[in-house]
Amino acid sequence: MNVATQNTRTVPDHGVNAPKLPIYLDYQATTPCDPRVVEAMLPFFTEHFGNPHSRNHKYGWDAEAAVEKARAQVASIIKADEKEIIFTSGATESNNLAIKGVAHFYKDRKNHVITTVTEHKCVLDSCRHLELEGFEVTYLPVQQNGLIDLEVLRNAITPKTAIVSIMAVNNEIGVIQPLAEIGKLCREKGVFFHTDAAQAVGKIPLDVDAMNIDLLSISGHKIYGPKGIGALYVRRKPRVRLEALIHGGGQERGFRSGTLPTPLCVGLGEACAIAEREMDAEAARLRKLSERLYNGITARLPEVFLNGDAEHRIPGNLNLSFAHVEGEGLMMGIKDLCVSSGSACTSASLEPSYVLRALGVEIEMAHTSLRLGIGRFTTEEEVDYAIEHLVQAVQRLREMSPLWEMAQQGIDIKSIQWAEH
Amino acid sequence: MYSEKVVDHYENPRNVGGFGKEEAGVGTGLVGAPACGDVMKLQIKVGADGRIEDARFKTFGCGSAIASSSLATEWVKGKTLDEAETIKNTEIAQFLSLPPVKIHCSVLAEDAIKAAIADYRAKSGASDKAAE
Repeated sequence: MNVATQNTRTVPDHGVNAPKLPIYLDYQATTPCDPRVVEAMLPFFTEHFGNPHSRNHKYGWDAEAAVEKARAQVASIIKADEKEIIFTSGATESNNLAIKGVAHFYKDRKNHVITTVTEHKCVLDSCRHLELEGFEVTYLPVQQNGLIDLEVLRNAITPKTAIVSIMAVNNEIGVIQPLAEIGKLCREKGVFFHTDAAQAVGKIPLDVDAMNIDLLSISGHKIYGPKGIGALYVRRKPRVRLEALIHGGGQERGFRSGTLPTPLCVGLGEACAIAEREMDAEAARLRKLSERLYNGITARLPEVFLNGDAEHRIPGNLNLSFAHVEGEGLMMGIKDLCVSSGSACTSASLEPSYVLRALGVEIEMAHTSLRLGIGRFTTEEEVDYAIEHLVQAVQRLREMSPLWEMAQQGIDIKSIQWAEH
Repeated sequence: MYSEKVVDHYENPRNVGGFGKEEAGVGTGLVGAPACGDVMKLQIKVGADGRIEDARFKTFGCGSAIASSSLATEWVKGKTLDEAETIKNTEIAQFLSLPPVKIHCSVLAEDAIKAAIADYRAKSGASDKAAE
């Protein structure tokens, strides 16, 4: 057989509406700004350019009014009070402020932080930093489905625990942690509960009171808002206190100094308002598309595995392992599809995804994974094109894969003495 | 990110496939590890004149790994075993303009050539002895 002679690069035009290429399937990395968001922002770059902290004239008042309206829109999507919202530069800053801010403020009485091994790097790195300062950090494992075990959390909490930080939705595998149960447990134990909700806001209903969430991080660019803005919800009753990271003019109740970027705040507010209004319809549409994508792939390709819990996940994320095909090699074969790989080679470290490894996904399977992220602007035509393109690329690479050949011959690749290099 | 030559070998890989392992004149090299994200199988077929008359490969890995092994099959063809053994990973890396992070792909390709030659020699040595 000579694969080289097959012209596998050409994807047949199978639909009347051939989509515009390349197709963006990386909505967990970032999202485009919704045009309605951009429209809301524009006047605040030019006409209404005032400093929202200028108290002496109309330019300042107009900007302040816009910022406060945005604050209320952000509060509304998580059922919080607007006084509890602090604008930040993004979820990374929000997570840093929540974790370090609480740990530092309560350090005389408490010195312990709990998080999970599958958190975003900015949470893990904030915790590592606290460890260097002398804090103790417990990194909870996750189960095979990516969810934490509540009993393991319960047993990890000590009288010295200041804060539990557990993400709402995982950025790689899209699984939803049991927020209400975690919140209830933390409240019972008198421990603050912070959740990184960058991937959850606008995708699943969030209610900080019903879920007993004390701090919650929001990102603008993950919810069709602008990059460079985010927010942190900080509960007022019972009050959560924080030590600021950024010092200056005392804006944002002293938690975060610096002139607020009015257009970005307006954009985040508008993005939240749209998401709140359209969440149910959007989730239903994405669920259908996601099923179409999954079913379309698995109907034609054997040995494709979904990573992360099948039920407790947001509809816009599919993390799939394509057995016997290396992820980066696969990405090269689907250059019309913009996706992320859990494989080693895309990162400088050459280590495959620590999230997949934490689930117990075997290292060779972690090398074969792709994250397909769909969102607000994904169409059915794009999904169909993606299925066709992906299936052909996987088939071609499997024909070239010695591991696939062995699997077909019934050879267990684990029985071979591989030389690790 | 990828050089033109890597893209060319990835999209039009040369000599994909395999020979029967037990076929006369065939040497098989299987190197790398699934856990590391690269596995190469490279086979040579040695003619009566002692030259490599044909070669095949299959590779699990990134584009650079596929390109390195594809190139290796092209280069070994027509060479004697001794000549093929002198192919260096640095030559493969240079020809394909591999970035530093992908040098291990060329190392693997060199290892695959050597492993295939060693396998051929072991097998032919064994059959020579059996014939005695």
